[in-house]
Amino acid sequence: MGLFKFLKEKFSKKQDEETKVYVEGMSKSREHFANKLDELSKRYKEVNQEYFEQLEEILIEADVGVSLTLRLIEEVINESKEQGIKEPKQINELVVEKMFVGYAEKGDIINEVQFVKDGPTVLLVAGVNGVGKTTSIAKLAYRYISQGKKVKLCAADTFRAGATEQLTIWANRLGCEIVVGKTNSDPASVAYDAAYQAKRDGTDLLIVDTAGRLQNKINLMNELAKISRVISKEIPNAPHEAFLIIDATTGQNGVIQAKQFLDCIKLTGIVITKMDGTSKGGIILAIRDELGVPVRFIGLGEKMTDLEEFDLDKYLYGLCLGGKIDE
Amino acid sequence: MAFESLSEKFQGILKKIRGQSRLTEANMEDMLKEVRIALLEADVNFKVVKQFTESVKQKAIGEQVYLKVNPSQMVVKIVHDELTELLGSGDSELKFEKNKPTIILLVGLQGTGKTTSAGKLALLMKKKLNKKVLLAAGDVYRPAAIDQLSQIGAQIQVPVFTMGTDVSPVEIAKKAKEKAYNEHFDVLIIDTAGRLQIDETLMKELNDITDAVQPTETLLLVDAMSGQDAINVATAFHSALSLTGIIMSKLDGDARGGSALSIKHLTGVPIKFAGTGEKLSDLDQFHPDRMADRILGMGDVVTLVEKVKEEIDEKEAAREANKMLEGKFTLDDLIVQMKRIQRMGSLGGLLRLIPGMPKITEEQKEAGEKEMRTMEAIVNSMTPYERKHPEVLKNSRKVRIAKGCGKTNADINRLLKKFEQMQEMMKKMQQYKKTGRMPPGMNLPGGGIGAM
Repeated sequence: MGLFKFLKEKFSKKQDEETKVYVEGMSKSREHFANKLDELSKRYKEVNQEYFEQLEEILIEADVGVSLTLRLIEEVINESKEQGIKEPKQINELVVEKMFVGYAEKGDIINEVQFVKDGPTVLLVAGVNGVGKTTSIAKLAYRYISQGKKVKLCAADTFRAGATEQLTIWANRLGCEIVVGKTNSDPASVAYDAAYQAKRDGTDLLIVDTAGRLQNKINLMNELAKISRVISKEIPNAPHEAFLIIDATTGQNGVIQAKQFLDCIKLTGIVITKMDGTSKGGIILAIRDELGVPVRFIGLGEKMTDLEEFDLDKYLYGLCLGGKIDE
Repeated sequence: MAFESLSEKFQGILKKIRGQSRLTEANMEDMLKEVRIALLEADVNFKVVKQFTESVKQKAIGEQVYLKVNPSQMVVKIVHDELTELLGSGDSELKFEKNKPTIILLVGLQGTGKTTSAGKLALLMKKKLNKKVLLAAGDVYRPAAIDQLSQIGAQIQVPVFTMGTDVSPVEIAKKAKEKAYNEHFDVLIIDTAGRLQIDETLMKELNDITDAVQPTETLLLVDAMSGQDAINVATAFHSALSLTGIIMSKLDGDARGGSALSIKHLTGVPIKFAGTGEKLSDLDQFHPDRMADRILGMGDVVTLVEKVKEEIDEKEAAREANKMLEGKFTLDDLIVQMKRIQRMGSLGGLLRLIPGMPKITEEQKEAGEKEMRTMEAIVNSMTPYERKHPEVLKNSRKVRIAKGCGKTNADINRLLKKFEQMQEMMKKMQQYKKTGRMPPGMNLPGGGIGAM
C-alpha cells in the first residue's frame, strides 16, 4: 500500500518545474480520471461487485485496455478478499499501485536518447498518420541542441504533401541542418544520404522523420524496414534508437500499432503525444504490459519546449493525485 | 477493414450459439459478455456498450427468442438491428445550398486528417457531383499546412485560396467566402487548424469563423483509431459549433472505429463520410445500415457495385463483355480488367466487400496483388501479336519474355493456364447466356484471389 503516500511525499514538499509541467499539462486528463475515482470512493462505504464494475469502467474509459483492465480488477478483487480490504479508498490505491508495479517491473526505465561513443547516433521516428511525428522530432531536436549536441534532421517523409516543408521550417527555427529528398523519391535513399553526411560531418544525433503509415499496410511497413536497413549499411548498428509516436487519444488499436511496428523495426521506446488534451493515454500501460516497450517522452503542448521525460511517478501522480495533495 | 475483427468476433459468438440447439438464459448471458468485450475492444464507448447489450437482451427476451426453433438467426437479427440503430439510420447526405455557394467547415483535433480530407472532399464534389470547388487554407498555425493544401489542390486541380500565415483565420474565411460568391463557386471547403476542444482561444476562433461565414455544413474529423475520449471531444465540438456531420478518417487501418459509432449514438450527429485510403479518391459516403451488415460479416455488396459502376465506363464495359462472350478475349483484355480492378482500390479492399469472403489475411491480399503485378509485367513483355494469339508461345518465345520481364517460365505458364481457364469460363458464360441456366461447377479460374 502506501504508494499514494509515497507519491505525495515525493512531490508535495517541493514541486519542481518538471512536476509542475506534468500537473498542469495533465490537468484535464486528471479532472476526469482522478475525480471519478474520488467520487466513486465517496459513494460507497464498502466495496461490492457493483463497485468493482464501476472501477472497471473508469479504467476502460482511460483506455487502459480491456484485457489489462479485466486482469487488474480480478487481481484487486482477489487481493482485497485475502487481505480483507473493504474500504473504497484503499481499493483505489491498490489499483493504482498495481498499475505502477506492473509497469515498473517490466524492465529498466531510461528516458534520454542513449548516445553511442563513436560517430553519430541515429534516431528513427515512426508512427501512424497524424500522431505528431514531425512536431515531436522538432521537440527532440530542440532538447538535444540545448544540451550542446550537433543535431541533423532527415526528411524521409517524401509522400505526404507539405511534410518536407514542415520539417524544413522547424529546422530553420531550430537552426539545425536538414537533409531532404525530392517529392515521392525513395525515402530510404534520403535516409542513406543523411546517414552518409552525418557520418562525415561530426553530427552527434541524426533524427530521421518518416511518413505516417498505418500498420496494416504491408508495403509501407516494408518500406520502413528498408529505411532502417539502409541506415545500418552506412552506420553499423544504426538506428540506435527507434521511437514510435503514439497519440494519447488512441484507443485499443495502440497495442496493435506497437506490435506491428515492433515486428518491423527495433523499437526502443514510445513518445506519447497530445497529453495536454483530455485523453488519459492509458494505452501506454497496455502496450508496456503486452509488449514491454517503455514510454520515453511525453508531449504536453505545441511549443518546442513542450516535451518532458516520461516519469511513471509523475504520470500517475499527474493522473491520479495532482493538485489534490491537501485532501 | 476496421470492423473486420468485430465481425469475426460476432461470427465466433454466433457460431457458438448455432452449435447449441437452444438459446437459454445462460448462454445468452455468455454471448452478451462476449459482445460486451468485443465492443469495448473496438473502442465503443462503455456507456453505449452498456445500452447496447441491455437492449439486445431486452429484445431477445421480449421476442421470446428462447422458444424459437432457430434462435441463432433471431439473435443475428436483433444484434444487426441494434447495430444499425447504433450506427444511425438512413443515409447521411450532405446538404447543398440552392442559389449560393455551399460552405463546408472542417474541424477537429490535431492529426485527424482535416487537410487531406479537404482535398478528398473537393475531389469527390468535383468528380462525382460536377461542382465548382474552392478550397480555403485556414490553418495558419501548423508549419507548412498551407503548402500541404496547395499541393493537394494542384494535384486535383482545384483552386486554393490562401492569404499566408499572418492573417487571422476568420479573415481568411471571410475573404474566401467573398471570392466564392463573386466567382460563382458551388462549394467552398474551409480547412482549419487542429485544436484541442479545451483550448478556449482556438475554439472561440472557430465560433467567429462560423459567425462570419455561416457554414452550411460543419464537419468534425474523427480518427478511426481514437479511444474512449473521442466522445468528450465530439461533445465539446458539437456544443460549441452545432456539428452537422462526422468524417471518419483512417478507416483503412485495422482499428475498429467503435468510437465514431459511439459519437453518433450519444450526440446524434451523423457520420457522413469515411476516409478509406491514402489516395485522394479514397473517400466514401458512409452508409450506416451497410456498415452494420459488414460488422456482422454479411459483406457490403452495394458499396462494391457502386464502386465498380463509378470506375467503369459502361459502354466500354458492355463492349468488352460482348467481346469476352464471343470468345475474343485476349491477354490485353485481361490486363485491362486487372488495371480496372487496381483503379478501384486495392484488391484487398474490394474483397472485403464481397460476402462470404471475410477471412482473407493481409498476406493473402498482398500475394494476390503481387501476382497481378507479375502478370502485368509478363504481358507487357509480349509482342502485340503474342497477346492476341497466346497459342504461339513456345519455349523460345517464353524464354525471351521471361528475360524481358524478369520472371520465370513457370510464371508465364501459370499466367497462360489462368488465361485458358478464363476463356473456358467465358465459353460457359456464353452457354449460360443462350440457355439462361448457370452451367454446373462454374467458378472463378483457379478458385482464388491469386487467380484474378
